[in-house]
Amino acid sequence: MSTLDSLALTRIPAEDEALRAEVRAFLQEAIADLPAHIRARSWGGYSSALSRRLGDKGWIGITLPRAYGGGGRSAFTRYVLVEEYLACGAPVGSHWIADRQSAPLILKYGTEAQKQFYIPRVCKGEAFFCIGMSEPNAGSDLASVKTRAVPNAQGFVLNGQKIWTTNAHHCQYMIALVRTSGTSEDRHQGLSQVIVDLSLPGVTVRPIEDLSGDSHFCEVFFDNVQLGPDALIGAEGQGWEQVTAELAFERSGPERLFSSIVLFDQWLGYVRTPQGRTDSAVRLAGKVLTQLAPLRAMSVSVQEKLTQGASPIVEAALVKELGTTLEQMIPAAIAEDLFAREAEDVPVELLMTLKYVTEASPSFSLRGGTRDILRGMIARGLGLR
Amino acid sequence: MNDNDLFADAAHDVLADRCTPAVVRAIECGGRAADAARGLWEQLESTGLADALLGEDEGGAGLELDQAFGVLEQCGAHALPLPLAETMVARALLAQAGLVRPQGSIALARGQRGAGGGLHCALVRGGQVADTVLVQAGGAWHLLPVDGAHAHAHALALDAALTWSAAQCDAASTVAVDAALDVRTLQAAVVAAQMAGALSSVFQRTLRYANERQQFGRPIGKFQAVQHQLAVMSEHVFAARMAAQLGCSGGGVGIQPDRLRVATAKARCSEAALAVSEAAHAIHGAIGFTEEHDLQLFTRRLHAWRQTAGSEGYWHTVAGEALLQHSGITLDLVRRITDVEFPA
Ligand SMILES: Cc1cc2nc3c(=O)[nH]c(=O)nc-3n(C[C@H](O)[C@H](O)[C@H](O)COP(=O)(O)OP(=O)(O)OC[C@H]3O[C@@H](n4cnc5c(N)ncnc54)[C@H](O)[C@@H]3O)c2cc1C
Repeated sequence: MSTLDSLALTRIPAEDEALRAEVRAFLQEAIADLPAHIRARSWGGYSSALSRRLGDKGWIGITLPRAYGGGGRSAFTRYVLVEEYLACGAPVGSHWIADRQSAPLILKYGTEAQKQFYIPRVCKGEAFFCIGMSEPNAGSDLASVKTRAVPNAQGFVLNGQKIWTTNAHHCQYMIALVRTSGTSEDRHQGLSQVIVDLSLPGVTVRPIEDLSGDSHFCEVFFDNVQLGPDALIGAEGQGWEQVTAELAFERSGPERLFSSIVLFDQWLGYVRTPQGRTDSAVRLAGKVLTQLAPLRAMSVSVQEKLTQGASPIVEAALVKELGTTLEQMIPAAIAEDLFAREAEDVPVELLMTLKYVTEASPSFSLRGGTRDILRGMIARGLGLR
Repeated sequence: MNDNDLFADAAHDVLADRCTPAVVRAIECGGRAADAARGLWEQLESTGLADALLGEDEGGAGLELDQAFGVLEQCGAHALPLPLAETMVARALLAQAGLVRPQGSIALARGQRGAGGGLHCALVRGGQVADTVLVQAGGAWHLLPVDGAHAHAHALALDAALTWSAAQCDAASTVAVDAALDVRTLQAAVVAAQMAGALSSVFQRTLRYANERQQFGRPIGKFQAVQHQLAVMSEHVFAARMAAQLGCSGGGVGIQPDRLRVATAKARCSEAALAVSEAAHAIHGAIGFTEEHDLQLFTRRLHAWRQTAGSEGYWHTVAGEALLQHSGITLDLVRRITDVEFPA
C-alpha cells in the first residue's frame, strides 16, 4: 500500500504559523460587516477591493519569488493564509485562481517575459485569472477539447468555446487548454495552454446563473481571437502534462475541506446556547470534528509532498474525494438537526447560511473533477487500471 | 516517526511468521489453554516488544506511545488474538508505579467494586486469553490474575466477564496511577492503532482478490463499480490510519495520549471499520462469508474493536463536548488535534 503508507503526520513549521494571528486580526476587521450567509461563499465570493488590500499586505503570491513581486515564503505559509481566509469566510474569489494555479503555472513553465509581465500584477491583486478547461462537450473527458489555437504569422488564432469558467466576467485573463495540433482523436497529444487576454476583440463572456441565484461561472466564446506568439505557456503540445500537474494543487488544498466551515461554526454558535444544545447536536459536532481533523492532517501531509517537488496525484484525489464528501455532509446533517427540533427560535441568519450552502453543495464534488473521475484516478493509482 | 520502523519491522516479522491464520483460529477456539496461545506468547516475549514502552534501565526500549504506533498497527494487521498492545501499555503503567510486572499478557478493563469488596468486570476484551487484568474501578487501579477469577463467557470468543472475591482483591496489588488517567482512553488509543492495521490488511486482501477473481471473462477489479468501491475503501483506510496516528500522539498524562486525539482516532477508525468491512465482503462475494476464508478473521475483529472502548457515537460525544466548550472557531481545535509535536 505504498500510497496509503506514504503520508506521515506533518506539522506546519512555526515560522509559517507565525503569520496566522496577523491574518486573522486583519480579516476580522476587514470583513466585520459581512453577514455569515455572505461569508459562507468564501472563495466563491468576489471582492476586488479586498483582494487589492491583501495584495498590499503581500499576501497574494506569497510563495512566489520576491524577484517577481511575490513573498518568497513556503507553501505552508500559503496554507496558513488559505485556512484563515476560509475559516473566516473572506471573499477571496477574485484572486483565488491566479494565486493558487495561474501564477505558479507561469512561474514553472512561462518565459522570462511572461513571468515579469504577469506575476507582479497577480501579486498586487490587479490581475485575475480564470481556468478555461471545460467545454460543453469536454467536461470529465478533458482530452477531447475542441477549442483550437491555429498558428499564424502574428501568433495564434483562437476559435471555440469554454464553459463553467469561474469568474470569467471578473477576470482579465484566462489560461485555456486548447488544441494546437491534431484532432480530438489524438487525445493528450497536440494540446497546449495559452493565456487569453479577455479584453481582446472576438472574446464574449456570458455569465450563467446557478441554481442559488449567483452568477459565478460563465460561458466564454472565441471568434477569431488573434493571440500574440507569447500567448503560449510552456511548450506546444505539453498542455496535458501541465494541466495534470496543476490539478494536484487544485485538489488537495484546504478549500476541499472547509467549504462548509462558516456554516458549521455558525451552527455551533447556536448549539452553544442553552436552547440550541441537544445530545444529538453534540454528537454531530463531534462527528464533524473527528472527520475533519484526520482530513486536515492528510491535506497538510500532501502539501508537504508538493513542497518537496513530488506529484502526489492519487493522494490529492483521495483528499478531495473525502473532503468534498464531508463538505456535503455538513449542510445535510445540520438541516436534519435543526428541523428535527420543535424550535422556532433558530436564528434566521443561520437558516440563510444553511440555504446557501445547501444549494451550493452539489458543486463541491463537481468542480475540480467529479467524484467518479477522482475515484477512477484512485483506482488507477491502486493498479486496477 | 520513520526511524522507529525497526520495531514495526520486528513485529511484522514475528507476526507474519507465527501469527498465521491457523494459529489465530486455534487460539480463538482454545483460549489461554491452547498450545498455540502459549507458543505465540513466548515468541512475542522473546522479541522484547511487550517491554518496548519501558525505560531502557528497566529493560525496555524507552519508546513513547507514538513511536510504538507501527508495532500496534502490526498487531492489527495480523489479527493477533493476544493482548500484546494492551500488555505494552499496562507494563509501562506498572513500571511507572514502581511495581514488579507479572509474567504473561495483561488485558485492560473497567470494573466495579461490589458492596462486599469484590470486583466485577462486565466485559474484559481478551479475558479468555490474558493472564492478568489491569482494572480501573472507581478511582483505583488493580492488577488481578485471571486464574482463580470467576469467569463467564462473553459475546465474543476471546472475551469474558470476570469477577474476583473480596479476598482475591485484597491479595492483589493496587497500582498507583495518575488520577487523570482513564483506562478507556488508553485502550481506545491502542485499539484504534490495531484497527488501522486490520483495515489496511482487509483492504490489501480485497484489492488482491479483485485482481484475481474473474467473472465475465475478466478480473472483477476491471469493472468500474468495483474500482469505485475499492477507491472509497482506500479513502477510509487512509483517513483512519492518519487518525490512529494522531490518537497515539502525546499530550496527556504519562503514557496516556491526548483524549481529544483519541476521540478522533477511535471514532474515525470505527466508522471506517463499518464501511471497509461492508465493501470487503461485497467484493469477496460468497467465499468471503465462509469460516474457511481468512477475511473474516479481520472483519469480525474490526467489528469487535468498534465495540471496544467506546463506539464512534461515544467518542463523537466526547469530541462534540470539547468543541462546544471551545470558544474559538473550529479550525483552532482542528489544529490542536493535528499539529503534533514530534519527539526529537
Ligand atoms: C461551481 C463550478 C465551477 C467550475 N469552475 C470551472 C472553471 O473555472 N473552469 C473549468 O474549466 N471548469 C469549471 N467547472 C467545470 C467542472 O470541472 C466540470 O463540471 C466537471 O469536470 C464535470 O464535467 P461536466 O459537468 O461536463 O460533467 P460530465 O463530464 O458530463 O459528467 C456527468 C456525469 O457523468 C460522470 N462521468 C463522466 N465520465 C465518466 C467516466 N469516465 N466514468 C464514470 N463516470 C463518468 C460524471 O462523474 C458525472 O457524474 C466548474 C464546475 C462547477 C460546478
